[in-house]
Amino acid sequence: MIPAPFDYAAPATVEEALTLLSEHGDEAKVMAGGQSLLPVLRMRLNAPELVVDISRIESLKGIDDTGDAIRIGAATTYQEVLDSDLVREHLGLLHKAVSEIADPQIRHRGTVCGALAHADPAGDVGAPVLALDATMEVQSRGVVGPRQVAAADFFVDLFETAVGDGELLTAVTIPKHTGWGSHYEKFVRVSHQWAIIGIAAAVRSEGGVIAEARVGMTNMGSKPLRAPGVEAALAGQPATEEAIGEICARAGEGTEPPSDLNGQADYRRHLAGVLTRRAVLAAAGG
Amino acid sequence: MTITQEPQAGTREVGRDRRRKEDQRLITGRTKWTNNIELPGMLHLSMVRSPFAHARITGIDTTEAKAAPGVMAVLTGEDLKDQQGSLPNAWPVTPEQKAPPHPAVAVDRVTFSGEIVAVVVARSAAAARDAAELVDVDYEELDAVIDLKVAAADEVLAHPDLGTNESALWVFDSAEAGTGDDVEAAIRDAEVLIEREFRQQRLIPSFMEPRSVVVDPTGEQFVMWSATQVPHILRLMLALTLGVAESKVRVIAPDVGGGFGGKLQVTPEEVITFLVARHTGKPCKWNETRSESLLAAHHGRDQWQKLTLAAKADGTVTGLKVQLIANMGAYLGLVTSGVPILGAFMFNAIYKFPSYRFECQNVFTNTTWTDAYRGAGRPEATFAIERMMDELATELGRDPLEVREQNWIKHEEFPFTTVAGLEYDSGNYEAATARAKELFKYDELRAEQARRRESGDRVQLGLGVSTFTEMCGLAPSRVLGSLAYGAGGWEHASVRMLPSGKVEVITGSSAHGQGHETAWSQIVADQLGVPFEDVEVLHGDTQISHKGLDTYGSRSLVVGGQAVIKAAQKVIEKAKPLAAHVLEANVADLEFADGKFTVRGAGADQEGLSLTGLALSVFAAHDLPDGMEASLDADATYDPVNFSYPHGTHLCAMEVDTETGETTMRSYVCVDDIGTVVNPLIVDGQIHGGLVQGIAQALWEEAVYDDQGTLITGSFVDYTLPTSADTISFVTDRTVTPSTTNDLGAKGVGEAGTIASTPAVVNAVLDALRPLGVTDIVMPCTPERVWNAIQGAAHQPVVEEAAPHFDESAPNQDTPETEGGTL
Repeated sequence: MIPAPFDYAAPATVEEALTLLSEHGDEAKVMAGGQSLLPVLRMRLNAPELVVDISRIESLKGIDDTGDAIRIGAATTYQEVLDSDLVREHLGLLHKAVSEIADPQIRHRGTVCGALAHADPAGDVGAPVLALDATMEVQSRGVVGPRQVAAADFFVDLFETAVGDGELLTAVTIPKHTGWGSHYEKFVRVSHQWAIIGIAAAVRSEGGVIAEARVGMTNMGSKPLRAPGVEAALAGQPATEEAIGEICARAGEGTEPPSDLNGQADYRRHLAGVLTRRAVLAAAGG
Repeated sequence: MTITQEPQAGTREVGRDRRRKEDQRLITGRTKWTNNIELPGMLHLSMVRSPFAHARITGIDTTEAKAAPGVMAVLTGEDLKDQQGSLPNAWPVTPEQKAPPHPAVAVDRVTFSGEIVAVVVARSAAAARDAAELVDVDYEELDAVIDLKVAAADEVLAHPDLGTNESALWVFDSAEAGTGDDVEAAIRDAEVLIEREFRQQRLIPSFMEPRSVVVDPTGEQFVMWSATQVPHILRLMLALTLGVAESKVRVIAPDVGGGFGGKLQVTPEEVITFLVARHTGKPCKWNETRSESLLAAHHGRDQWQKLTLAAKADGTVTGLKVQLIANMGAYLGLVTSGVPILGAFMFNAIYKFPSYRFECQNVFTNTTWTDAYRGAGRPEATFAIERMMDELATELGRDPLEVREQNWIKHEEFPFTTVAGLEYDSGNYEAATARAKELFKYDELRAEQARRRESGDRVQLGLGVSTFTEMCGLAPSRVLGSLAYGAGGWEHASVRMLPSGKVEVITGSSAHGQGHETAWSQIVADQLGVPFEDVEVLHGDTQISHKGLDTYGSRSLVVGGQAVIKAAQKVIEKAKPLAAHVLEANVADLEFADGKFTVRGAGADQEGLSLTGLALSVFAAHDLPDGMEASLDADATYDPVNFSYPHGTHLCAMEVDTETGETTMRSYVCVDDIGTVVNPLIVDGQIHGGLVQGIAQALWEEAVYDDQGTLITGSFVDYTLPTSADTISFVTDRTVTPSTTNDLGAKGVGEAGTIASTPAVVNAVLDALRPLGVTDIVMPCTPERVWNAIQGAAHQPVVEEAAPHFDESAPNQDTPETEGGTL
């Protein structure tokens, strides 16, 4: 597993990284934890001229409380997210999804923002980030301050995001969902596998009734999806199987999930209905 | 890290749970793997492989690759065709067997995706890999045959020159062999007839250490290091294939990171590395990528199985007919053709079938060739018969264990000659089953199952049974001869008494992770009365261990271990004249125990003479009896008189989520009878690992090709190998019914878990779903296949892959209750 030759740069600042990216255009690839990029390079599915390693840029590291939201820098690993009290308290859904990613070795290397920028629809962080109405910070060279991209606009297609050539995803900011119940239902055959599908559910309950619900879906299309119809219908329902079963069963309607060795599209749509019900009930504590 | 263990004074070594001597270096990786070996001036190889399953090579342009930095040579099949010979098949199962020539590098035609078409030789592995991208091969695609049943129809040919895809038809018939009655009569007269067809999916051995080879051509001999299970066989086969004197080839298997049969092979890459080293005069290395390993190292299993079981209405079995189509892939490797034939003796299993017929049609396809994979022929047989016994029990509406017991060989009936002609020397199926039921809480789980069925629980519970046996300890040479195998089944050992009192044991059984060094030390410590720590076990280098037949088929302990015992006994015999000389006694009056010779009747207070002391005296040779050779060292070659027949009862409880098709293992209990245990820790490790591999066939693993013959499961993303995170804690226990055919009373254990577990799991999944009308699910039982079977959706893949009953007019073949998953 030897990649094609490439140059490697490890800039110390975002400025330097942006300079390299703008100079090399689409011949440059950003690497944060390398958990998606390195296998691609080693299997020679891609051969960039330059790999820009952003993992040593201090300003991209860390998890901050911005008041209404939590900001996670682009060089922050999954494990740092898992270990963060801020994330545990205010972003329970992200915490649960990250805890389901692959294995400890990968979680100690891989990053939330790296996965978002890679935009594999089977990745586990896209759906919760979308469901929680996150905002991505995308920085260009020579522009003061990042542009803010809503999660709903960030994911464009398979492995494609709103981050353009020469740009860098520097952070994701996720509104606090303090007090919300949450659950990530990941369906796999073996534990280290990509999600066959995943359902991310966050619920704010009031006295056994669902006041608000958020539902994101992993690997149900070419990008992370949300189920707005289901979310709206859930509001005001008691958190019981009888009340929400029919609503949740519709989660997969209209989606175009992939068909592969792990399941045909029909089966995935069926799973989406079942697992949405389970995830919402678990999130509601029911 | 140091592994220490408190000594237990006065106990025998055999039976102790010794921590393995090998563990520290194997677990930390601080040892010599083939790929760690660096030699001065070494060159590196990278293979160029065909992307097509079947194509004519119309041209290869190596100009650009040859001009690339660091490249020393680029060689094609055209360059090597006069030297490379044809890779060996050691098992022509019938005199008429058809097989194409098997070039290491394809010359004018490729016959599977992944076949080597050129090799790039460069100063670094990276340079070789980069230049391999620059080799420009022109192909003219030919029709490829991928599907096994399509191949059996013989319309599209994998090798047009052969004129057929049929390699060989191998038949055993108990009436013809005189070992039983006529199965057709039994089928005609059957009161109950069960006909089923099962698919044994293709698997990939997935050893931990990828294959690698280093060849050093400098010096008088060619030295090959290879991550192989079979250094001795490899040496002989290299010599025969390439026309090199065997005495000019030394093969070393240093520490080898697993094989599971996948390294029981003489590979194209070994031949190529040898030829390139000879061509360049420089040491050469090839180290495969995992992708290459999945693509082009041999695969395993891959059969269609048709079974017809005849029985009386009271459940007594009267006949079994087995018809196999076995996928050879594109070529016959070392024992490709023989693997399904090994199953011939095992389909009747532990049951007293009065009549039996086995037919196996070996068929070529344009896929990676198959060969040995843990169990080799026996897991396929065990799966089929254990599934059939459950089908019989279901048909009769009886408990599956009860129907089995009605038909199995009772413990007082051993030795028992089976309808396949093997003599089972010992066994106690009643004892193992009783213990397993107790540990499993069989009756309680049945009650829970009934409750869940009653309440219509979304998660149903199923109990699966596998009362397996297997033949291992390959093999009595006369039996191999009768099967036209190209070698014997003996094993060799030497025991060397060093003057310092230490002992060297040399075994021809080349370990690749099994723990021979520990187990052999325990055996020799007991035999010679020396400390465990004072025994050193050497193996895997044909210059040290000059003779051997290596490790596969659960043979090492029962064949290789017995050879070690024979050699140790010879050492004692050789020492007796000297002991008698020193003690001034007659040889006939000597006793040997706990490492000392004493004179019978001379009293308990005599000091005696230690064997290790005698070793020093022999080294000095100052005062030996007249005519005594100045050596206590001894060799032994042991040819087993019979196979050994481990057996056991495996019980599995599976929970099946009927909403999603997800299956979850609730409990797994196995009580194995492998006779005398040398090291319980090693045995548990073998059982645990074996179980996981067998469970993986039931639930997770499958090598899949698309219609063009491209391997879809070409990485571990798609070839879903389980890890410890996917398994539960197994309950293992043992009963001990010693083998009567070796001094230890041992039976093999290396493959037992894999052979036994697959049907236990599938039977459990089906047992959970039978009330819903599900009667079969094709392996692996993925959630989607399980869910489809429940839905009975006719257009789903499970139906496409599961065949209908093969004779609609036969008894017990009424319209299935559901279409999905029904055979």
